[in-house]
Amino acid sequence: MLEKALTGSKKYWAWIIFLLAIIAVGFMAYLKQFTYGLGLTGMSRDVSWGLYIAQFTFLVGVAASAVMLVTPYYLHDFKKFGKMVIFGEFLAVSAVIMCILFIFVDVGQPMRILNVLLYPQLHSVMFYDMCVLCGYLAINIIVGWTSLAAERKGTHPPKWVKFFVYLSVPWAFSIHTVTAFLYSGLPGRHFWATAIMAARFLASAFAAGPSLLVLLLLIVRKVSKFDPDPPGVGAIQSLVKIIRYAMIANVFFYICEVFTAFYSSMPGEMHPFEYVFVGLHGHASLVPFMWTATFLAFLGILLLVFPTRKNKVLLPIALLSIFFANWIDKGIVLIIAGFVPNSFDRVIEYFPTSNEISIVLGVYAIGFLLLTVLYKVAISVREEKAQ
Amino acid sequence: MSINRRQFLRRAGVVTALGLGGSFAFTGLRGTVAEAASDAGYKTSDKSLTAKHWAMVVDMSKFKSEDDIKRVTESCVNIHNIPDFGNPKDEIMWIWQDDYEHTFSGGDNEYLTESFKELPFMVLCNHCENPPCVKACPTGATFKRSDGIVDMDYHRCIGCRFCMGACPFGARSFNYRDPRPFIKKTNPNFPTRTPGVVEKCTFCVERLAKGEIPACVEASKGGLIFGDLDDPNSEVRKIVSTKFTIRRKTDLGTQPSVYYLIDRVGGGEHA
Repeated sequence: MLEKALTGSKKYWAWIIFLLAIIAVGFMAYLKQFTYGLGLTGMSRDVSWGLYIAQFTFLVGVAASAVMLVTPYYLHDFKKFGKMVIFGEFLAVSAVIMCILFIFVDVGQPMRILNVLLYPQLHSVMFYDMCVLCGYLAINIIVGWTSLAAERKGTHPPKWVKFFVYLSVPWAFSIHTVTAFLYSGLPGRHFWATAIMAARFLASAFAAGPSLLVLLLLIVRKVSKFDPDPPGVGAIQSLVKIIRYAMIANVFFYICEVFTAFYSSMPGEMHPFEYVFVGLHGHASLVPFMWTATFLAFLGILLLVFPTRKNKVLLPIALLSIFFANWIDKGIVLIIAGFVPNSFDRVIEYFPTSNEISIVLGVYAIGFLLLTVLYKVAISVREEKAQ
Repeated sequence: MSINRRQFLRRAGVVTALGLGGSFAFTGLRGTVAEAASDAGYKTSDKSLTAKHWAMVVDMSKFKSEDDIKRVTESCVNIHNIPDFGNPKDEIMWIWQDDYEHTFSGGDNEYLTESFKELPFMVLCNHCENPPCVKACPTGATFKRSDGIVDMDYHRCIGCRFCMGACPFGARSFNYRDPRPFIKKTNPNFPTRTPGVVEKCTFCVERLAKGEIPACVEASKGGLIFGDLDDPNSEVRKIVSTKFTIRRKTDLGTQPSVYYLIDRVGGGEHA
């Protein structure tokens, strides 16, 4: 089926070449980092994780969100999602690959990365995170590819695939829960050490991931003859409802955090929130980001609560708002504010370097290239069947 | 005999699985040997100093001048090949000084006199009894020895920096760049590090193995007291049991092995 990705319109090839160019720039930046060391990034002794780990965290959520299609379709026989499930699974595949790449570019000794397998440490959450991520990748490749191959032949997927489909449901929850445990289990990092972290992660994931998916499907509808949500089906609007409730839950969880920190007035709990919302000790680099995220979160929710969600122009705006609100919260702020103030109660800020940003863009471009190829295959199979 | 693509792939898959399985069985064996070797550590001769729980007491009354601090930190820098990059972002620190307010977070007291506020506290790895860094490490590159010391294997560390996030004391440093050109005078008896690995104070395991006390303790002229907390007759044990000492962030339950003796600190009226 992969050969279907090798034929396409001029626009398709222009997009592929554009992505390859970004990948090339990112790869050159990575070679520089590989020879010099992580000193080329903005990370320091005090803020020892930055954009890379933040993107990893955010994308685990995007990957997990495929379950919001799989569960209704397979477990509740919600047929509306029939044409969209495969796109959710392929989005998950690309997201997990990006996660693995972001970990890879973040480690100081990438050639030794297999030490995690050679000397597995059962007390390290990172070991379990690796296991669940690799497992989830395998499950989604197996399920996505076999179902598509069966569809192409006009047959039902083999029976054993069902086992993996059911397995993927708890597995999706596990990947984001274990990722939250990476942070929430650390003593002395007040911004992270909260029992609600895993729940918050899942809520924000189930808002941001499906938002991205719907935006992608709107693009698919524009650029191909295949319509993932033909008139009268209303699959997208059903997914939009899921996004809306997930985002409301996410904001609610966040308010719970803010209340606990400020009503208790415990300095350790308050300081990171002060740092991100009003600045601390004269340092306020994250303040504009956090207020933008807050504004976008409420704007997105409002647009999805009211009938504006059915408006062709306002729906994408609402989805973009929700996606970027979550991206700022998890893909920038969450990781940095975990380190600010530092263990000595000092504010040492982090600013990513241009080299670091090039690598981030390069990894995203690899993810989008993979996504483009997988979607191209899926769309071509569907277009072929339609003829 | 000819085979089709499907058969070829199936056979290739079986051969690959066998190969991978075999290599895992082999490296699994090697892994246990390496584990045993790392536990033995530097224990090479009968002269080596041993203990059940190495601990340190910082006698705050002994750190009065700049020189008292410098002697201690420089002894460590010199023997452990610690680089000086001249910028705080890449900085590597094993033992250094900080003030009361920042060392003991939550200990700020606006009425404290300057002389107390500016007391120099020597800070270093606490060699916790329940080290969160060891729990976090995905490869076992940082591990707790049977004598209580939290040690590092620079050759196994993948540089994921999970331990730095886990340490509540900011005791760990990462080699963000090649440290070698920035070492003032290389000590050939101690390894220099590669870029991309984490490092920290190890209570001078390499010196203990030769029967020597840690370099900072030797240079401190009594300011740092080192011994076996498990031995009721050791000096550290006597101080910790009978004098007023404090430790950093005890509420986190990591059980630091570095104690600060403050009852001899002067400055007040009844000094």
